[in-house]
Amino acid sequence: MDAVKRYFRSPAAVIGLVLLLAVIAMALAAGFLYPRDPLALAGRPLVWPFTNPRFPLGTDNSGRDIAAQVFYGARISLLIGGVATAIAITIGTLLGAFAGYYGGWVDNILMRITEAFQTLPNFVLLLVLVAVFGSTLTTVTIAIGVVSWPAPARLTRAEFLSLRNREFVQAGRTLGMKDLQLILGEILPNALPPVIVYAGVVMAVAILLESALAFLRLSDPNVASWGNLIGLGRDVLRVQWYVSAIPGIAILVTVLAVSLVGQGLNDALNPRLKQR
Amino acid sequence: MSEAPILSLEDLSVRLPEGADRSHALKDVSLSVASNEILCVVGESGSGKSMMANAIMRLLPQGVEIDGGRALFEDRDLCAASPAEMREVRGAGIAMIFQEPMTALNPLRTVGDQIAEMFRVHTGLSRAEIDKRVLALLDDVRIPDPRLAAKAYPHELSGGQRQRAMIAMALALDPRLLIADEPTTALDVTTQAQILKLIRDLQQRKKTAVLFITHDFGVVAEIADRVVVMQHGRVVEHGLANEVLNHPTHAYTRQLIAAVPPLKAPSPRPLSPENILAIAGVSKTYRSGGFLGRGARITAAVRNASLTLPKGGTLGIVGESGSGKSTLARCIVRLIDPDAGAILLDGKDWAKMGRDEVRRETRHIQMVFQDPFASLNPRRKAAELVAQGPIVHGTPRATAIAEAKRLFELVGLDPSAGDRFPHEFSGGQRQRIGLARALALKPDVLVADEPVSALDVSVQAQVLKLLGELRERLGLSIVFITHDLRVAAQVCDLVAVMKEGEIVEHGPVAEVFGRPQHPYTKALIASVPGGEFTAQHEAAVS
Amino acid sequence: MRILTLAGRRLAASIPTLFLILIGVFLLLQFAPGDTVDAMMAQMGGGDAATARELRKFYGLDLSIPMQLANYLWRLVRLDLGFSSIYGKPVATVIMERLPPTILLMTASLSFAFFFGLVFGVIAARAVNKWPDTLISTLGLIFYATPSFWFGLMAIVVFSIYLQWLPAGGLEDIGQVQTGVWRMIDIARHLILPTLTLGLIFLAIYLRIMRASMLEVLNLDYVRTARAKGLDETRVVTGHVLRNALLPMVTLIGLQAGTMLGGSVVVESVFSLPGLGRLAYESVIQRDLNTLLGIVFVSALLVITVNFVVDLLYARLDPRISAEG
Repeated sequence: MDAVKRYFRSPAAVIGLVLLLAVIAMALAAGFLYPRDPLALAGRPLVWPFTNPRFPLGTDNSGRDIAAQVFYGARISLLIGGVATAIAITIGTLLGAFAGYYGGWVDNILMRITEAFQTLPNFVLLLVLVAVFGSTLTTVTIAIGVVSWPAPARLTRAEFLSLRNREFVQAGRTLGMKDLQLILGEILPNALPPVIVYAGVVMAVAILLESALAFLRLSDPNVASWGNLIGLGRDVLRVQWYVSAIPGIAILVTVLAVSLVGQGLNDALNPRLKQR
Repeated sequence: MSEAPILSLEDLSVRLPEGADRSHALKDVSLSVASNEILCVVGESGSGKSMMANAIMRLLPQGVEIDGGRALFEDRDLCAASPAEMREVRGAGIAMIFQEPMTALNPLRTVGDQIAEMFRVHTGLSRAEIDKRVLALLDDVRIPDPRLAAKAYPHELSGGQRQRAMIAMALALDPRLLIADEPTTALDVTTQAQILKLIRDLQQRKKTAVLFITHDFGVVAEIADRVVVMQHGRVVEHGLANEVLNHPTHAYTRQLIAAVPPLKAPSPRPLSPENILAIAGVSKTYRSGGFLGRGARITAAVRNASLTLPKGGTLGIVGESGSGKSTLARCIVRLIDPDAGAILLDGKDWAKMGRDEVRRETRHIQMVFQDPFASLNPRRKAAELVAQGPIVHGTPRATAIAEAKRLFELVGLDPSAGDRFPHEFSGGQRQRIGLARALALKPDVLVADEPVSALDVSVQAQVLKLLGELRERLGLSIVFITHDLRVAAQVCDLVAVMKEGEIVEHGPVAEVFGRPQHPYTKALIASVPGGEFTAQHEAAVS
Repeated sequence: MRILTLAGRRLAASIPTLFLILIGVFLLLQFAPGDTVDAMMAQMGGGDAATARELRKFYGLDLSIPMQLANYLWRLVRLDLGFSSIYGKPVATVIMERLPPTILLMTASLSFAFFFGLVFGVIAARAVNKWPDTLISTLGLIFYATPSFWFGLMAIVVFSIYLQWLPAGGLEDIGQVQTGVWRMIDIARHLILPTLTLGLIFLAIYLRIMRASMLEVLNLDYVRTARAKGLDETRVVTGHVLRNALLPMVTLIGLQAGTMLGGSVVVESVFSLPGLGRLAYESVIQRDLNTLLGIVFVSALLVITVNFVVDLLYARLDPRISAEG
C-alpha cells in the first residue's frame, strides 16, 4: 500500500483525483438535478450566465439550459472516454502481448497492421469510420476505441519484448510451463502496470477526439455533448462567446483531471522515476 | 613510499538521505594516498567505497551530503572548495575512471573528441597541438591504431579498448591523483590482466598517485602497495598490501580473504563410470540483421560441442563473455533449440524432442540462473515460486506449497519466509530460492549458469558450500557455467574451456588447471589476478 | 551513404503498409451507405435508375469488389486517384490545390512546438522541482488538456473580435489582391492563430518529453564523466546532454506526424483554411468517397515522408544507428 501513500503525497495527483471525482459527481447528479431532457427548450435563447437564477450558466441559441447540458455532457464524455479506452486497451494489450511474446512472423504481421493504423492520421480514419457507419453514440464510441489501440499495443509489445527473455520467464519455461501460462501468469502481471497508467492518456485523447467530432457535427446530435454545444455556440461566437466557452472549460477540466490521475498513478507505481 | 600524501581524508563522513537503510554512507573515514603509490580500497557492495570516490570529487548524488571531516588534496580542503575551484581540480588535479566504460563515454561523440575536451576545458592549446596530444595519449595506453580509435565512436571499440580510452582521457593532463572505481570489474579476465598491467605501468612512469577501488582481493594482490578494507562505511583495517593479505588482523578482513577460493583444485573425488548426460556435436548459429538475406551477420555461438557428465559429477564450463558457454547451457535445457547434435539424458535425445515432450520431461533437468534479481518473478511469493514447478506437473497446490516449505529448510532459509515477496530477500537468499525452485522437481541434472557471480564474495562462499552439500545429499549431477576460474577449481570435477563457441580443452579440473595444454587455457590461468597471492594463501591454509 | 541506404530500406518497408491502408480503407468504404453515383445524383437533383446504371458502368462500379479494388490499385500505380464528382475535377487536382496550406500549417506548427518544447523542456529540467519547473509543467498539462478547436475559437474571440489584431479565418485577405512580400506577410498573419492552435498540444507533449529525457540523461554515467573532467554545467548540458536528450523527441515527431495531420482537420475547419484537412471534412459531409480515399492515400504518403526525414535526422544525430545492420 506504499503506492497509495505515494499517490496522496503528490498535490497534483490529489487535485486530479478531486477534479475527476467532481466530474463523476456531475455525471451522477445530472438526472437528479435536471430531470428534464437537457436538449428540450427551457427558456429564452441566449441568456447570459449569472443574469437569471433559473439558468446559472445561461441558455444557448435555441434556449436550452447550458448548465443542464454541461452536467449531462459529463455523462457522455466519461462514457465514451471510458468505453473507448477499454476497447483500445483490450485490443492493444492482446495484440501487443502476442506480437511481443512470439516475435518472428507473428510480430511482423501484427506490427505491420499497427504501423498502418499509425501511418493513417487517426482523425482521418475516424472520419472514414463515421462516414461509413454513421454517427450514433455506439458507433462513435467503438470508432474512437478502434483508432486508439496502436499506442497501447506498442507499449505492451515493448514490455513483452523486454520481459520475455528475463530469467524468471526462462525459469518458468524450464519448469515446463505452456506459452499461455507464461503469457498470462508470468509476463502480463509485470507488463500491465505501465499499460494501465497509459490508459489515462488514451482516455484523455478519447475525450478530446469525441469532442472534436461533435464540434464538427459528426457525433451523435441527439445527446447533450460538450462538443456539440461548442459547435452550436460557434454560430453566435461574435457576441455570445460564452456558449462555446463554458463547455470548453468542462472538457479542459475533465481531460486535465484524467491526465493528472494518470501521471499520479505513474509516479506512485514507479517511485524510482519520481525521485529524479 | 614515505612521501608526503597527495590526498588525505580526515574523519570524512557522508550522510545518506532519510529513508535509506542507514544514516551514513561513510563514517569517520581517514586514509591517505602518497604520490607514486597505489592504494586499494576493498569492500563488498554497500561498504561505501564508491561513495567515497564520489565524495572526493564532490560528485555526490542529490540528497547525499558530506557532513563532517576534511578531504585534503595538496593541502587544500576539497570539502570547502567552491564549485569553480572544484572544476579546476577535477580532470586536471584528480582524474577518474569508472567501472562500465560503455556507459561512461558519451555514445554520440567520438573518443578523440571526448579526450580533446580535457585540453579544451583546462588548457589554451591550439587545435593541432591538442590533436597531437590525443594521438600520443592513445598511443600511450597502447590502443592499436590510435588515429582510427580517435575517430571511432565508443560503440565501435571493444570493452578493453574503451577502458583504455577512458584511461587516456583521465591521464590527459597528468593529474596528481587517479581514482579508479572498479575499472576492471566489467571486463573479461584476460582484458582485466592487461588493463591492470597498463595502470601499473603508467602509474610507475608518471608517478601518479592511484586510489583503486575494488571488491576483488585477487586484484588487490595484483596491484596494491597499500590496502584499506571497508565495511559498512567504516575503515576496518589498513596497512601494507603484503601484511594485510597475509596477516589480516581484523575478523572481517580474514573472513573476506578466506572466502576467496584458491585456484588449485582440491584432491579429486571418485567419479562414477556411468554418464548421465552426454552431448555430442551440438551447434548453434545465429543470423542477425540483413534484409531478405543480404548482409546478414552469422555468428556461430556454439560449434560442435561434445562433452560428458558422469553421474553425480560436476562439469564446469568456463570461458569469457561471448565464448558461447551460456548458449550451450541453454541448449542443454532446451531454452534454445540447437541446430545440430545430440543431447543424451538417460538415453533420451533432448535435441530431437518436440516442444510438448520437452515440457513433460523438463523435471529431469533444471536450471539455476545468474541474476538473483531478474530470475524471480517479483509478483509471486517465495513459496509460490518454489511450488510452481510441481503444480505445473500436476501436484495439488496445497501439497506443493507444503513441500516448498520443506525445501526452504533444505536450502537454509526460514520456512516461514515463504509468504514474502522476492524483493524482501537479500541477493544470497534469492539465489537459495532459485535453487529450491530448481530442486522442487527433483531433477537428475542441474544446470547452473553463473549462479554465484552476482554475489559478494562472502555470500558466494556460502552458496557454493550449500551447492556442494546438496550435491552429496541428493546425488545431483551438475553442469556449472562460470567465468571465474577460482570458483570452477573448487566446485568442478571436470572442466571444459570454451572460446568463440568452441571447446578448446577439457578434462579433470586438476589436470586442465595444473597442466594446461591449449595456449588459451594457459593465458586464461595466467590472467587470474593475484595468482601468487593465492599460492601463499593456500600455503597458509594447508 | 550508409544512412541513406538505411532510411531507404525503411522507406521500402513502408510500401506494404501503404497498400494495407489503401486496401483496408477501400474495403471499409464499400460498407458506406451510398456510393459516388448516389452522391452525384443527389448533386444533380435526382435522376432515373437508368442514368444511375449508366454512370455506375462508366465508373466501373458495377464490377465485383475485388475487381474494383484491382482497378483502383492499378490506377493508383499510375498516380491516377480518380475523379471527384462533387468538385468536377480529378481528385489529384483537388488535393494538390489543397495541399500547400496544410503543409504550411504543419511545418509552422511543428517548428513552433519543437522549438518552444525544447526551450521550455530544458528550462524545466534545469530547475527541476523549483518554481520555473512547476510553472512550465503546469502550463504544459493545461495546454495538453485544451481542446484545440475550443482554443482556436477563444483565440478568435480575443484576438480577432475584441482586439482585432489578427484575421479570424481564411488563408489570405481576399478583399485586396497582394503580391510578393506583402502577400507572404498577409498569409503569415492569417497563419499565426492556426499555428498556435494546432501546435499547442504538441508543444505540451514535446516539453514534457524533453524535460523527462533531460532528467534521464543528466543521470547517466557519461554525464558524471563529463563533470569529473571539470566541465562547468553549461558545457555539460550543451556538450553531453542536449543532443542525447533530443533523440526521444525526434522519434516522437515521426510517431505523431499522423496525429498532427489529423489535428489539422479540426483547425482548418475552425479557421476556414482551404487545406487538406478541411477537404477531408467536406468529402465526408458530401459523401465524396473517391476524394476521401485519395486523401487517405496522400496523408499516408505525407506521414511516410515525414518519417523518412525523421529517420535521416535521427541517423545523423546518433552514430549507433548507422552501425547496426
